[in-house]
Amino acid sequence: MVEMRYEAPESLDAAVALLAGAKGEARVLAGGTDLLVQLRADMIEPALVVDVKRIPELCKIKAEGKGFRVGAAVSGAELNEHPKFKKVWPGVAEAFDLIGSTQIQGRASMGGNLCNGSPAADSVPALIAAGAVATVVGPKGSRDVPVEKIVTGPGKTSLKKGEIVASFQFPSRPKRSSDAYLRFIPRTEMDIAVVGVGVSLTLDAKGVCTAARVALGAVAPTPLLVANAAKALIGTTLDDDAMAALAKAASAACNPIDDKRGTIEYRTKVAGVLARRTAQIALERAREN
Amino acid sequence: MSKTHVSTTINGDPVEFLCEPEQTLLDVLRDELYLTGSKEGCASGDCGACSVMLDGRLVCSCLVLGPELNGRSVETIEGMAKGDQLHPLQQKFLEHAALQCGICTPGFLVAAKALLEKNPDPTETEVRYWLAGNLCRCTGYDKIIRAVLDTASEMRGS
Amino acid sequence: MSQALKMDDKAQGLKWVGTRPVRPDGVDKVTGRAKFGADFNVPGMLTGKVLRSPHPHALIRSIDTSKAEALPGVKAVITRDDIQDMASEFVPAGEMLVNYRDMVRNVMAREKSLYDGHAVAAVAATSASVAQKALKLIKVEYEPLPHVIDVLEAMKPDAPILHEDMITEGMDPKPTKASNVSKRVEFGLGDVESGFAKAEVIIERAFDTKPVHQGYIEPHACVASYTEDGQAELWCSTQGHFVVRTHCARMLGMDVSKIRVTASEIGGGFGGKTVVYLEPLALALSKKSGAPVKMVMSRDEVFRATGPTSGAHVWVKIGATKDGRITAAEAELKYQAGAFQGSPVQPGCMCAFAPYDLENVKVVGYDVVTNRPKVAAYRAPGGPISEYGVECVIDELARKLDLDPVDFRLKNAAKEGTHAAYGPKFGPIGLVETLDAVKAHDHYKTKLGPNQGRGVASGFWFNIGGETCVALNINEDGSATLMAGTPDIGGSRASLALMAAETLGIDYDKVRPIIGDTSSLGYTFLTGGSRATFSSGMATVEAAQEAIKELCVRAAKIWEIPEDAVVWEDGHAKPAGKNAGDFEPMSLADIAKMAGKTGGPIVGYTKINAQGAAPSFGTHLVDVEVDKELGRVTIVRYTVVQDAGKAVHPSYVEGQYQGGAVQGIGWALNEEYIYGKDGRMQNAGFLDYRIPVASDVPMIDTVIVEVPNPRHPYGVRGVGETPIIPPMAAIANAVADALGIRFSELPMSPPKVLKAIEAANGAGD
Repeated sequence: MVEMRYEAPESLDAAVALLAGAKGEARVLAGGTDLLVQLRADMIEPALVVDVKRIPELCKIKAEGKGFRVGAAVSGAELNEHPKFKKVWPGVAEAFDLIGSTQIQGRASMGGNLCNGSPAADSVPALIAAGAVATVVGPKGSRDVPVEKIVTGPGKTSLKKGEIVASFQFPSRPKRSSDAYLRFIPRTEMDIAVVGVGVSLTLDAKGVCTAARVALGAVAPTPLLVANAAKALIGTTLDDDAMAALAKAASAACNPIDDKRGTIEYRTKVAGVLARRTAQIALERAREN
Repeated sequence: MSKTHVSTTINGDPVEFLCEPEQTLLDVLRDELYLTGSKEGCASGDCGACSVMLDGRLVCSCLVLGPELNGRSVETIEGMAKGDQLHPLQQKFLEHAALQCGICTPGFLVAAKALLEKNPDPTETEVRYWLAGNLCRCTGYDKIIRAVLDTASEMRGS
Repeated sequence: MSQALKMDDKAQGLKWVGTRPVRPDGVDKVTGRAKFGADFNVPGMLTGKVLRSPHPHALIRSIDTSKAEALPGVKAVITRDDIQDMASEFVPAGEMLVNYRDMVRNVMAREKSLYDGHAVAAVAATSASVAQKALKLIKVEYEPLPHVIDVLEAMKPDAPILHEDMITEGMDPKPTKASNVSKRVEFGLGDVESGFAKAEVIIERAFDTKPVHQGYIEPHACVASYTEDGQAELWCSTQGHFVVRTHCARMLGMDVSKIRVTASEIGGGFGGKTVVYLEPLALALSKKSGAPVKMVMSRDEVFRATGPTSGAHVWVKIGATKDGRITAAEAELKYQAGAFQGSPVQPGCMCAFAPYDLENVKVVGYDVVTNRPKVAAYRAPGGPISEYGVECVIDELARKLDLDPVDFRLKNAAKEGTHAAYGPKFGPIGLVETLDAVKAHDHYKTKLGPNQGRGVASGFWFNIGGETCVALNINEDGSATLMAGTPDIGGSRASLALMAAETLGIDYDKVRPIIGDTSSLGYTFLTGGSRATFSSGMATVEAAQEAIKELCVRAAKIWEIPEDAVVWEDGHAKPAGKNAGDFEPMSLADIAKMAGKTGGPIVGYTKINAQGAAPSFGTHLVDVEVDKELGRVTIVRYTVVQDAGKAVHPSYVEGQYQGGAVQGIGWALNEEYIYGKDGRMQNAGFLDYRIPVASDVPMIDTVIVEVPNPRHPYGVRGVGETPIIPPMAAIANAVADALGIRFSELPMSPPKVLKAIEAANGAGD
């Protein structure tokens, strides 16, 4: 049994030094909405918990170039209150907003949602679809990693000892671009996604899709970027044939498990249905931009 | 287990306490400060019975570590009535019989107050989704939703 | 809002009964002051925690507590060796029976662990973290045994046997071999074979339901303080502190008088807090440590170790003539009891066909043990399961006969004088009135949208009375203090105060109702069986009448006239007539302030075994919408119609209707215990157990029908349990209406619904 130490450093360097120097298991505490549950359930017994919410750059949303940089510890409530972000990235905002209750929204962070490593994390497919890039800071400096490269398996990430995700960069958006996220849960709120789908796309003046990214959650050991699903949309006006091809590609990419939240069969079918519905929302939004 | 000294503000008053690093804000409120109005229904953020405001944000106090409180400010159900004056939500919950057993009531009130401060004119759907993280097993939610909508209407009128 | 088909209160001269004042405990509950089970604290208190078995079925070879005992801060550790064994003896717990031999084994495993979550040891320590550490230091040697979770599996001849001495009762001849079936029960009327021979249409169908948990938001909690002189104080969250006292005294070998139990405010029970789990352990830990001990369950413990209700396999067969008259009805019910015998299969059998006036009925039930937590009562225990099957078949039959489902029910509905299959002849009952109200309701007439369906179902519950005491103290200023012994779960203090005010003729806010502890009142049975407002209400009225009698005596004394020359009207003593004398009427307050000079304190005290509880019938109406691509069922509109006898505080009656309906919605759509192959529960938390949240449900409309119960002074029937009976069938019937597909399994969760839709479309792959 380990005595847990709590630290709340005020700089990124100090946080990295604490994590890098930790003896035994060390955990980053951002919103804590997963960490505290795991602590209480005795799933983890960390020797060190590093609270990163007192590090200014982790708690800010700022314009960067023509895009945004969102601190990894920014809460869902803060992101959704940001006057501009939600307009440009409505899919990312709505995905983040779906994580847990209003109370969870007051705390849950994108960095935590990603680094918890759950295949069913709601914000992750939206981040992947958005092409968001994580800025990872560690003892050897900083590196940029596409979000889809962070999670390597359930509860596992590609982060090395001492590294933390500090922020996410969102690229600038061409005209007629938008995104959307839908998930399926048995209730209307408070459940973990049975399937989640993020779609980001760009249209040309004629309404033909010139770029698309489609990501799935909860249907494989990690959230998936599904190239074939994007291919089904690019070059089309998202007509019925394209939507059917998208649904087929989404279902084909699934490699889910049977568990208390859904069956393989169900998840595979729902992935297709949701991909179509999500793309439709993204399409309608893109047409208005 | 060694304890951490924490200075914080609760319901407007400066408070100091000692806690183990693993104790949650809810544990601190209930077991160290004897503010038992916030309830533990799940300890996993799924029922909302421990809802409090932390630096002006609605959170589950079971998902906040005690030591995080240093320099921060907490509002609990105990701070909702001012003197002998109930908050309009408290009054409406009574009038609408929006509680049966009452265990979820403090959490609902804290959460509903946060809603009305942000959105004074919510629709029924908005109220239902805002309060989806507060479980009630007795009422079927009907009278709770009516009480919140009625309070909003009354507060807008005044 | 509620419509009410009411008795005319003014015509009856009612001033308080039937009004909606703020409840007496309201302010405490909206300010956080109210003390629930976990809110009690006592100086010098230790924290107690329970070690639970991870094995669904295992022999317990040994338990080594030495390392835990050696941990600094640990004050006591108890195991099976600290709990005395008891002989088999059945005692009532609400509408169910419990057996002491089983109860001691349920609170602490002895020979075997019989389910995931079964208690095997408990510790008391100076802090929660020390207690938690101590649990990890206890070494238990288990020998895992094959387990059985499903009811039909458990009934197979080669199933793992939970209790080697369980010989099925109620079988002829008596079996010689042990099995998991504890008993067979049968109820009936007439001759079903000849009844089915007369039928022109017969529907039979089998149904499966999963165990569902009461889901009260407050986990079980208590504080026990056992002192060196062998006396004890216990504060706990319970539906019946007198029952807790009985059980604890028996288990600890104490005189009943030496345990004083105070019921805290209770954060929901729904039947699940009619039995003991932590209380005897906390007392044993307190006795061993010499300090007060507080124990509070985690949510995980609540799910894994406390009572859900049974999952079951139900078979129903009903036959009718073409003009819609039922000729015979038969059912077979197999209910899981969990690890120990005592499922609610008997009440399930008794109420299965109770809403109908039938000549030929047969119901057979089996009580089956499985490696799951021992079931506890859950709101109308047993009723929702059997009536779900019956009401689905009734609906199917109505459709097959091309009859309106309400008309079909009306044609066969039980009424006053109907001989119920389970025995009695019904007095005045309100089923027909609820069906008529449904037909007349605007909800029944509105058009449905695309992918929507409408369903209707009725329900019945017995309701009970029982042992009840109430003390009513008339205070010197004319106010009154009312002490009842039935813990108030949903506003019963308000109802009791209304009845006291009505009877005494004083204002509602002059009556202060409280729940007395076990040393302050005579034995009072628990809050359960929808009996609190009925029984404590009846006792309250009698106590008030006793006080009135005394008040008249005092007035007679003051006026120096004969006692029988004084009458009580509008809260005043008055001379009975002109011959009695010409005196100004005296108010209750006038008389009360002179009590010291006229004979001393004025108190009404009632001790009754309340008889005359009357059943409550309800009919629910629901519209659903089905997302055919995802299999999700959404409740679009819901109306509850139920006979309350008399709604003393209509808001809390509506609350019972609404809450029961929403619990039923959860049961119908998402709630279930999910087990892995390893026999361990996988969804022991609110995240994955999925009770309805606010955004899952619409407003729940209510119609209070009032067909007074002639045996109660204000016509009260119990109302709390009936509302959970119709929802599952009503929703299944609505889904069938929307899709043309009959579901015979609960919950109707999205994967199952989608699969059925695809199978029906022939598109399944």
